[in-house]
Amino acid sequence: MSEGKLVGIVLVSHSAEVAASVAELAKALSGGGTAVPVAPAGGTASGGFGTSSELVSAAAASVDRGAGVAVLTDLGSAVLTVKALLAEGDELPEDTRLVDAPFVEGAVAAVVTAATGADLAAVEAAAAEAYSYRKV
Amino acid sequence: MLDADFFRRWMTATALMVDREAERLTALDSPIGDADHGSNLQRGFNAVTATLEKEAPDTPGAVLTLAGRQLISTVGGASGPLYGTLLRRTGKALGDAAEVSAEQLADALRTGVDAVRTLGGAAPGDKTMIDALVPAVDALGESFAAARAAAEEGAEATVPLQARKGRASYLGERSIGHQDPGATSAALLVAALEEAAGE
Repeated sequence: MSEGKLVGIVLVSHSAEVAASVAELAKALSGGGTAVPVAPAGGTASGGFGTSSELVSAAAASVDRGAGVAVLTDLGSAVLTVKALLAEGDELPEDTRLVDAPFVEGAVAAVVTAATGADLAAVEAAAAEAYSYRKV
Repeated sequence: MLDADFFRRWMTATALMVDREAERLTALDSPIGDADHGSNLQRGFNAVTATLEKEAPDTPGAVLTLAGRQLISTVGGASGPLYGTLLRRTGKALGDAAEVSAEQLADALRTGVDAVRTLGGAAPGDKTMIDALVPAVDALGESFAAARAAAEEGAEATVPLQARKGRASYLGERSIGHQDPGATSAALLVAALEEAAGE
């Protein structure tokens, strides 16, 4: 626990609509309790499909409450852009982690867990665990 | 010795080549990728040359780190962080010397290529830009012309390979028979070195 501060969640998709919708879905499924800071960073700055490092940095800054930020991505450039930003050192809030998780299921698990006041490691573990929920 | 001016010429020459070859890069990216490699790189390198004109960094390392940063923030596709990391890490490895030797550039570029390999997790033979960059760096000790030839050969050698990274990897065996767009653009970056040297 980090003194009542909540972990922030950033959802990076190639599509603005996908990022925004998954954020909405995850918040809806986390119940009406604590409002977890969740920010979508979808598409390019000009509204196309792709990844914008500016949108990712801005989203991460907007959800930072001092308890760390968990970033979930879809594929390709979303993953590589976040990794490149992390390597820069000063582009993302301190304690920002790229979480290895399925995008939709991981986002729901991350937001639900963050809403309980769990720390970044617990949020990361919950999101990563979503890989093990087999569907058939 | 190579000064900041040389490195600016390198970036400008790359931008011109990417402009000239944008359609071909996108055509290569259509059957196995998402058909935006040419336009993405064009946007990135145009931003690089515009920024270099405005800020005019005065060391080789500063030219490359600034260029890399621009690519990461403007490209929008996977080539942004990959080329951005290549140039930034190469620039950082050059430090703040006012001039560097061709040998120092070769060493720094190897550091940059290693960083790209770490970032993307690609090895030679995976049908990526690495297949052009690794032989180019190996040949750079000899001459810029040798590096260009090695990069072009490396890019052409991606045709029979099956992609194991990126969007093309989803195609499995259907990725065989197409030249990799990333290796092709990497060969342009290396060819631009020769142009910048006026060779």
